Amino acid sequence: MKNVSMRETFGECLVELGKEYPNIVVLDDDLASSTKCNYFCQAFPDRFFEGGIAEQNMMGIAAGLATTGKIPFVVSFGTFNSKRTCDQVAISVAYSNLNVKIVGAYSGLFSGKTGATHQSVEDLAIMRAIPNITVVVPADAVEMRQAMRAIVEYEGPTYLRVARDEYPILFGPEYTFKIGRSYTLAEGKDATIISCGILTGAALEAAEKLKTEGLSVRVVNMSTLKPLDVEGINKCAIETGAIVTAENHSILGGLGSAVAEVLVENEPVPMARVGIRDVFGESGPNSDLCLKYGLTSDAIACEVQKVVARKRLSKFK
Amino acid sequence: MEKKARKLRRSIIKMLEAGRAGHPSGSLSVVEILTVLFYKILRLDPRNPLWPDRDRFVLSKGHAAPALYAVLGDLGFFSEDHFSTFDHIDSILQGHPDRTKTPGVEISTGSLGQGLSAGIGMALGAKLDGKSYRTFVLLGDGELQSGQVWEAAMFAGYKKFENLIAIVDNNKLQLSGWTKDILDIEPLVEKWEAFRWYVTETDGHDFEKLLYTFRDLEEKRAGAPALVIAHTTKGKGVSFMENRVEWHAKPMTDEEVALALAELR
Repeated sequence: MKNVSMRETFGECLVELGKEYPNIVVLDDDLASSTKCNYFCQAFPDRFFEGGIAEQNMMGIAAGLATTGKIPFVVSFGTFNSKRTCDQVAISVAYSNLNVKIVGAYSGLFSGKTGATHQSVEDLAIMRAIPNITVVVPADAVEMRQAMRAIVEYEGPTYLRVARDEYPILFGPEYTFKIGRSYTLAEGKDATIISCGILTGAALEAAEKLKTEGLSVRVVNMSTLKPLDVEGINKCAIETGAIVTAENHSILGGLGSAVAEVLVENEPVPMARVGIRDVFGESGPNSDLCLKYGLTSDAIACEVQKVVARKRLSKFK
Repeated sequence: MEKKARKLRRSIIKMLEAGRAGHPSGSLSVVEILTVLFYKILRLDPRNPLWPDRDRFVLSKGHAAPALYAVLGDLGFFSEDHFSTFDHIDSILQGHPDRTKTPGVEISTGSLGQGLSAGIGMALGAKLDGKSYRTFVLLGDGELQSGQVWEAAMFAGYKKFENLIAIVDNNKLQLSGWTKDILDIEPLVEKWEAFRWYVTETDGHDFEKLLYTFRDLEEKRAGAPALVIAHTTKGKGVSFMENRVEWHAKPMTDEEVALALAELR
């Protein structure tokens, strides 16, 4: 499988969409060469705005632009575009219900070794908790392209995570991304791994490993955290009876929490969350970070074994 | 305009009475500024609040919402019948301006410091579309303590937003006391000029001076955004509220309402 860069794909696709949608404008805060919106700057210099290291102002400007009919992509690292600009996102964008596309690049732990200050372990929790925001986390370059198009065609405040590095292609030509719809990448009946973003690849690997141990594990990619595919989650619970979530994010407030909220109110089944366990990240190569913070296919497989064991012991069906 | 201002002040008092909450003195201090802007300067169409060529107005000091509502109601953006629903549940008149509920409100404000950035976005939209509408942003003086305002000021000055005009309702007070005692924002003129703005000052309650100031801006500022420092009295028009710190967000008693309305007859 060929690995394709998520941020490069984002940068290229932004230009492609820019050609089709003349109302798209891009705002940057001195990170363009990292987030790859510099490609858009080169293609459309009159529609690219450099705000400097002033993220709150940039978010406000994006909101103002949206009131004039523009489709602003305000691009920064996930950590800055969620924590630093939280109030601006909440009030100028979300409460005002404006068509701003907030991009959180270098998402999760994989921030080119820059460490905790540049990693976003809580951006999904923040965005999910603010009303009116659609939250999308693409798993590969194919989904990134489709998700970006869907986001442009959708009218409303949106948060899009863009991972930094290269990941395998998971989706084939038959795939059609739809906001709010999860997708089953592998069928199974003993348990389901619900994952998002770049951990979906690890989820598929985990399912493969577990097959050799006699377990039939479903893998569902849940790229939209809000609005959540509640029906999809319930279906997995009913049909497989055990769920493990996996995300490049804290286990507090992100995909795992979202799934747990649904299960508890509808179909309570044994469940476990794989993710960053309420700690800050640190500097290190991606592979070391994955190992240390439990974001591997082994970690996922281990949790699947445990929930299956709980399922078999449990009084629930 | 004096008669209009008096009527607007009466509407403010009645709204605050109906809601039994709100921000009296900060609303009263901006009445002349809004009167001059909305009746003499801004190109608007109350029957078409989204007319693409309209001038934009952002109330960055969102707690002065009653003043904005008084003007918008008087101009016909919505029926003045709504005044009595201010701060009531389901009302189109929220405690702070809500873009999704009130015709004539460009963006939701209330969390101080955000309006100038949004105004820049609107002014930028004008530049991109080759439109000649201007964007006006009204800030509070206490609000200038907020960092985002300075990010916005830096950006607008550097990028020469000549279609952007900011006004500071410089009433010298904030919630807890005199601005100079809480966190002194002076010297304002030097600060904004250092940020490459054209700065002018005026009496914020004098119609002629306000009008002259706004009209004069066009010639004077040569490719820079403009700041009008309007010197005002917090609580202006109601004698027992003028320059009194306690009236930032205090509900009036029935007697106080009657007294205020009597003064504004």
